[in-house]
Amino acid sequence: MINSTFFLTVLRFILLVLLQVLVFNNLNFFGYINPLVYILFLYWYPIKKNRTTFIILCFILGLFVDIFSDTLAINAAATVTIAYLRPTIMRFVFGVNYEFQSFKLNNSTKAQQFTFLALLIIVHHSVYYTLEIFSFSNSLLILQKTVTVGISTLILSILFSTLFSSKKE
Amino acid sequence: MQQIINFLIRYKTFLLYLFLLLISLIFTFQSHSYHQSKFLNSSNYISGSIYTFSEDITSYFGLREENNRLVEENKKLRIKLFNTIQLSKANIYNSIAIDYDVIRGRVINNSYADQRNYITINRGEKDSIAQDMGVVTDKGILGIVENTSNNFSTVQSILSEKSNINAKIKNSNHFGSLVWENTQDYNVVQLIDIPRLVPLTIGDTIVTGAMSSIFPENIPIGTIKSFDLDNSKSFYFINVELFNDMTNIGNVYIIKNLNRKEVLQLEAETQAND
Repeated sequence: MINSTFFLTVLRFILLVLLQVLVFNNLNFFGYINPLVYILFLYWYPIKKNRTTFIILCFILGLFVDIFSDTLAINAAATVTIAYLRPTIMRFVFGVNYEFQSFKLNNSTKAQQFTFLALLIIVHHSVYYTLEIFSFSNSLLILQKTVTVGISTLILSILFSTLFSSKKE
Repeated sequence: MQQIINFLIRYKTFLLYLFLLLISLIFTFQSHSYHQSKFLNSSNYISGSIYTFSEDITSYFGLREENNRLVEENKKLRIKLFNTIQLSKANIYNSIAIDYDVIRGRVINNSYADQRNYITINRGEKDSIAQDMGVVTDKGILGIVENTSNNFSTVQSILSEKSNINAKIKNSNHFGSLVWENTQDYNVVQLIDIPRLVPLTIGDTIVTGAMSSIFPENIPIGTIKSFDLDNSKSFYFINVELFNDMTNIGNVYIIKNLNRKEVLQLEAETQAND
């Protein structure tokens, strides 16, 4: 049981990094929209796991994407931020429910899953583009990129999560 | 002491978060200054091999177009060769007379949608590539080598906030700096610091200047798309449309200036004596 979760996580990690750097970094929709779908890793990661490992794992995930896409350590900073904030976001979205043993992401409503994903993406993209552009005089550009890229990430993430959801009960 | 330990245990996740965030911020801001993104770049072994693998597959789709470009360039070079054969006959076997060496390479990863764009090529230290060599294509200028590993190197594209290249208007000696300020449009770069007394026309060709020890003079860059005076009203702010389609780059040439070391040494000595 532990092993299968472990292998699933590792497999997800590798596949999402490859998918991000080989496919989505080359999308350049409208010239600049490259959805950051590797965030799905944080969406799918088991809830009951140790937080410390989770944060470190997310840092490494971000760093890998950074190394491939030559973005210094911006992805790492943004990913580690949502990794830290994930429990807070979950408590906000799912209420106290999520702390129960029986809670599963699949059992929650579609609206809750959507909000959870959207919040993760909003926080991640605002940190990411603030660090990338890094000037307040361009705050409109930061906002524009956060919104447009965020929407594309959201759409693709929903597609992927419905495509690969584990409904085997 | 007990309280400190309790504090550490209670906030261990938060402290870990702060620590990791700090690390990534340090990496990020260190690299904002020139040439310090030493180990966070795609010229390393793992990403290089993966990009080579993917490039091996995708390069098949553009073979015909790439061939046409190479034939076209061969034709141009042929014409040049036939017309200059008399001049160069004297020193054709004399390698001391050569100032620039050219190494060919292929792009294995290209980005143009970020604020600082980098291109990864499949040539590295093994092929005697070093930092600060110029990279061009058959159509024009592309960027400057930033990091190298054994088999790969990353090139800082001209589409980068950090990029600053000496450029001039063709057939004149008015030079300025080529920068990328409007970081949205990846086919247009800006030429600044050209004095307002210089006569300009839309469509004029911009080429590299002679002030740089990286690029040879007169490598094409682009044509003037539009121009306006800047805030100080004494210099032009010129939009230059690139000859290169930055979204579609295959074969590149890396230029090695054989005199660069000497030039830099001389300049350093002059400054030291100042």
